[in-house]
Formats: sequence, C-alpha cells, structure tokens
Amino acid sequence: MSSAREFHLRTPLRDEDVDKLRIGDVVYLTGTVVTARDEAHELALEVLRGGGSLPVDLRGLALYHCGPVAVKDVSGSWKIIAAGPTTSMRMEPVEPEFIERTGVKMIIGKGGMGRGTAEAMKKHKAVYAVFTGGAGALAAEAIKRVPAVYWLDKLGMAEAMWVFEVEEFGPLTVAIDSTGANLYEQRLAEVAEKAKEVKRELGLPAEE
Amino acid sequence: MGITEQDLVGAFYEMIRTAATSIPEDVYRALKEGYERETNPLAKKQLEAILKDIDIACTRKVPICQDTGTPYFFFEMGENFPLRLGAVNAAREAVRKATKDGYLRPNAVDPFYKKNSGDNTGRYIPWIHVDIVEGSDLKVWFMTKGGGSEFPATLIMSEPILGFEKLKSGVIDTIVKYGPLPCPPVIVGVSVAAGADIALTLAKKSLLRPVGERNPDPNIAKLEVELLNAINKLGLGPHGFGGGLTALDVKIDYSYRHPATFAIGIVTSCWATRRASAVVHSDGSWEMTSKHIRYTGSGCMI
Repeated sequence: MSSAREFHLRTPLRDEDVDKLRIGDVVYLTGTVVTARDEAHELALEVLRGGGSLPVDLRGLALYHCGPVAVKDVSGSWKIIAAGPTTSMRMEPVEPEFIERTGVKMIIGKGGMGRGTAEAMKKHKAVYAVFTGGAGALAAEAIKRVPAVYWLDKLGMAEAMWVFEVEEFGPLTVAIDSTGANLYEQRLAEVAEKAKEVKRELGLPAEE
Repeated sequence: MGITEQDLVGAFYEMIRTAATSIPEDVYRALKEGYERETNPLAKKQLEAILKDIDIACTRKVPICQDTGTPYFFFEMGENFPLRLGAVNAAREAVRKATKDGYLRPNAVDPFYKKNSGDNTGRYIPWIHVDIVEGSDLKVWFMTKGGGSEFPATLIMSEPILGFEKLKSGVIDTIVKYGPLPCPPVIVGVSVAAGADIALTLAKKSLLRPVGERNPDPNIAKLEVELLNAINKLGLGPHGFGGGLTALDVKIDYSYRHPATFAIGIVTSCWATRRASAVVHSDGSWEMTSKHIRYTGSGCMI
C-alpha cells in the first residue's frame, strides 16, 4: 500500500459502489448512517427474527458502531457533540446475521472484525470501514442532522439507535472489502512476525 | 477564610472539563511530532484526523472522544488539609455536574442490574485513590479513560528469577495481542510490585506522568526508553495501519516486593489521554499544575 485511493460515496450504497472498494482505500461518506452497539444489535435481531421490521430500513445504509454524546439544543432537537467509533469486535457474534437480515452495505467502527463478518460481507456485498478511534469531535462535525433516535428510553443514550445525516464523514479506511479480504488480519500477522525480531533484540528467549 | 466543599467542586469541575476537552500539551506535542515524521500514508491520515479532532474539541469545548471513560481521582492529601470527606463528596458532585453539562457521557452501569445511574456515579465510582502525605495542600490528579483502552490491562504474576524477562516480553505481547483496540498511539504504564492490586494501581498511576518525563532512577529510565523503542519497532502504528508511532511513551513505577512475588502490571492509555492535575491550598485557592493546549482565537495551540 504505497498510497491510499480516496472515494466520496453517498447512501444508499449500491453493490457497484461497494465492489470497487479494496482494503486500504479511504472513503468519505455522505447520507444516512444509523448507530447500533451491543444492545441495539440484540434488540434489532430480536425484532427481525420475530418477523417484525426495524424503525428505519437499513438497506443500502451504513451501520455505525457508536455511542454518541448528544445534547438537546434550545429548539429541542438533538445535537451530537462527540461520536467516534466503539470497538467493533464486540458485535462480531451477531454481525453476519445482522448484515443478512438488514441489507446494510457498510459497517463503520474501530479495531477490526472477524472471519464471520468477512464471510458475510463477501456473500452480501458489504464493506467494513474504520473511523479514527477517539476522534469523537471530528465525527460530530460531519453529522449535520439527527432525523430520529429510537429505543432511547429503553437503551439509554449510548446504546440507542441514532439516525444521522452526515456529510463527507471520514476518513474511513476500508478494513474488510467485499472480496472478504481483511486488512487487520494481514497487518497483525506482520506485527506478530516483527515482534519475534524485537524480542530477540531485547535478549528474550525465542518462543515455542 | 476557610475552604468549602463548593470551592472544591469548582476546582474539580474545571479539571474534568479541561481534561475532557483539551489534550495535555505533552501528548499533543508527541502526536504532532509523530505526524510530521510519519511517511506511511494511512498512518499519516490517522494522525491528521487525530490532530483535527483535538483542534475541534478544544475550539468548541466539546469532548475529544465520545467515550469519556471512567472517572478516576488520585489524591495526595496533606494531613492538615481541612476537608477530607468533603473532598470525596466534591469529587462526586463535580462528576455529576460535568456529566449534566455534556463533558462526560453517562457511563456508570450497575453490573448486576444493568442500570445506568445517568450521572457517572455509583458504587466506588468515581474511583478515588487517596494517599495521605505531609503538609496542608491537596494535590489532585483527574484521569478518565475509555473502555477500549482498558482491554489490554494485564497482570503477570512472575517468578522473581524471570521477573524482568517476563516484564519485557509481557509488554511486547500485550501490544501485539490487542493491536488496534486501545487506539494507538498509546502510553504504556508498567509496574513491578508486591501484589496484584498494587501492580495494576501503580501502572495506572504511571499514566499520569507527562510524556517525555523519565523516571528519576537512571536504570528505570533506561528500561522505559528500551521498551518504548522496542514497541515502536513493531510497526503497528496509529490505529494499527502501520507506521512508526505505536507508543508515545512508556512509564515505569514500582513498590517494594515480597521475596517470593514479582507482580507486573501493564496498562495502556489511548492517544486521547485525558488527565489534569491541580494543587488546592487550605485557604481554597488552587491552580492547575498540568498544561493543556488552549484556544487562542485562531485555533488551539500550545
């Protein structure tokens, strides 16, 4: 990866938008992003498994692993003041089913996701992209409107399902693409290899 | 004029607000230098986003990261400081107020009943660690740390003979194992102690020391630098996308140990290291002792 390709995409995302993305590409997204953390995943799947539908149709949209800090402004509408990504791996056990049942085309989070998600992304044409962890104020800048929030009373501010209208939301780095390639899996294997060398230099015994 | 609990609430509130919205100068400097040096394009992009985020948070006085963490107070309380329970009450009150005003996200959850208290207080939270010292001042460190950066917290109960070997390999293994999860570039706090609880507490307290400040003991300082260089050779980089900046610093502390124990604590802080320190005098006057980037009218800078 000598230099990153950059894309500016708009929701709803189509298969062809997702198909051209490869791991290491950088994306700026405009359109609708919907948040879900652990509890919103569980609740959404409970509804969908029961044959119900979600308060917002997620087909073609981006799902954001995020628990924002939100305040109500004087007019009574929500303003997001910090909204960086949360650790995606917590959602790994249920994400493949979530992708299949909802038709989301992009999942945004941090820290990477596992084999199950990569397989589901290959099968249903979706990508996983990483927003800079901790950059909550930068993310909030790109959130222009909050059209709705669901399950706020039941789940609380951080776990509720927020709907954001975003403009040029990013940088998002593609970490799993629709071929199932996983950037972190590759990178972390390189780091583990490097660690052996570093340990030798520290005079530590070789492993195994 | 005696000091009141309300004076302390005011001082603690300002510390929390400062820590949540503006990065300490030492951390900012290290991130900025890292950005200027970085040649890997993905890593540079991450550091650029981080610096932009810091600037927005400082300019608009909003939290740097939406995970405003778990609030910790470390007190060094002079034995003649007039308020004791008052200081504990004030810490809780300041946390409640800062949460209400949007500087802290309500994160305190009852583990058994899943109930969120809504104001970042609850059983043992905020966590308040008190050391009684000589004098009549109250020295306070406030720290708040997101959930992601708590994952790598590691305890190793080593055989004393293998202690330093296990310390070094433990630090490297921890960084490799958790990779991007704690939001690198991280600060790593390490300690050697008599017991498990002491080791982890001291490792966490180490994160309060400014980046670039070495342990006064030359041998410990040498080990800090050795580990820092080793971590940065791993090529994990900001957010795990590669590059030369994985750790901003390594801090080591210790307690005397038992002849049979060698407890090693390893704790990480994310790049969004949020801490502030202050000294409160017995008359109620106080000053912030940590330095932070400030809004100057045209942007935030040192």
